Amino acid sequence: MWKTLKRWFHQLGSPRTFYRFSGALIPWLFVAMVITLAWGLYQSLLVAPTDYQQGESYRILYVHVPSAWMGLFIYVLMAVSGLIALVWRMKVAEMVAIACAPIGAAYTFVTLVTGSLWGKPMWGTWWEWDARLTSELFLLFLYLGVMGLYAAIEDRRKAARAAALLALVGVVNLPIIHYSVVWWNTLHQGATVKLFSGESHMHPSMLKALLIMTAATKFHFGVALLQSVRARILQQESKASWVQELVDD
Amino acid sequence: MNPKRKRRLLLVGLLLLGVSAAVALTLTALKENVSLFITPADIAAGRIPQGNQFRVGGIVVANSVKRDSDSLHIQFDVTDGAGTVRVDYTGILPDLFREGQGIVAQGSIENGIFKANEVLAKHDEKYMPPEVAEALKRANTPAPHPTGAQ
Repeated sequence: MWKTLKRWFHQLGSPRTFYRFSGALIPWLFVAMVITLAWGLYQSLLVAPTDYQQGESYRILYVHVPSAWMGLFIYVLMAVSGLIALVWRMKVAEMVAIACAPIGAAYTFVTLVTGSLWGKPMWGTWWEWDARLTSELFLLFLYLGVMGLYAAIEDRRKAARAAALLALVGVVNLPIIHYSVVWWNTLHQGATVKLFSGESHMHPSMLKALLIMTAATKFHFGVALLQSVRARILQQESKASWVQELVDD
Repeated sequence: MNPKRKRRLLLVGLLLLGVSAAVALTLTALKENVSLFITPADIAAGRIPQGNQFRVGGIVVANSVKRDSDSLHIQFDVTDGAGTVRVDYTGILPDLFREGQGIVAQGSIENGIFKANEVLAKHDEKYMPPEVAEALKRANTPAPHPTGAQ
């Protein structure tokens, strides 16, 4: 079992295998994304009941919360591939780490914007420098920093390793974001769905739509990431014979 | 694992450890400043931040809200269970403001009354349909009441 996994991992480390494998996977992920997104939006906008306290406004949560989760999830993936890139110097890991940054930045941006739009009617303010909001903004800056550092260095592989190091250092921010509402007094409320215990303070009739939307964002990320990595493989391996053959066809 | 990779892994590990320690120390030192608000109990105990302006957070006490009939002036009590402070405010309140709701007010203490220039509403992490909230209330279980002070 372990041997098969290890072999599979090493094979995926070859740009050519990764390119072929991801090409076969993308259509499936895309179909799954379209289905879950349509179903999730229908559930969250039309089926989920009105909230006892916030009325219809709470529905923005169905975009805000999955986006926020993605911002953190993608960062973890970026840091792990960054670590593999730094220690094992795997080309594909470098590309995965770098491809994560703009997608994660986009999700974090969506989180901040929807949070702001939600904050104005409910809390009474667009923005407040509380620990949760500030650390989330810092996450966006980390993503932008990784992208900027990568763009600033000429050599693609050196650039990826430098950016990976920055991504790794930024991991410190993740527990701060997660626990900010526990450690300090914040305007932002505590966690509705507990990550580690799976406990939820949301009525099942509302939670269903949230889970479907969460799945939809995961599938979207899968498609976006693989597409981006494939493009990077073609660019960086443009001199390899298999890419030449691919282009000639 | 070959020694080169082992060394790199060790270096990255040490770097992370160092950064975590630095950040943890900084945040511990800044604890008071990172919190958005203090509680009425802090005020009662005299732990008021330096400078005139600060924020206080707590729950609006039931039956304590007094509105002027001809202006936006309002007075209400805010409590965290351990202490209570009266808040005086003139202006528009967020939609969620009501008795029993968590709020965060910014302002300063004058003659024992907190003169606020901004009042924000907090809401809790619970979401449910109104019928369920009603049923919970009727069953007299600990009603889903908003947590203002944590």
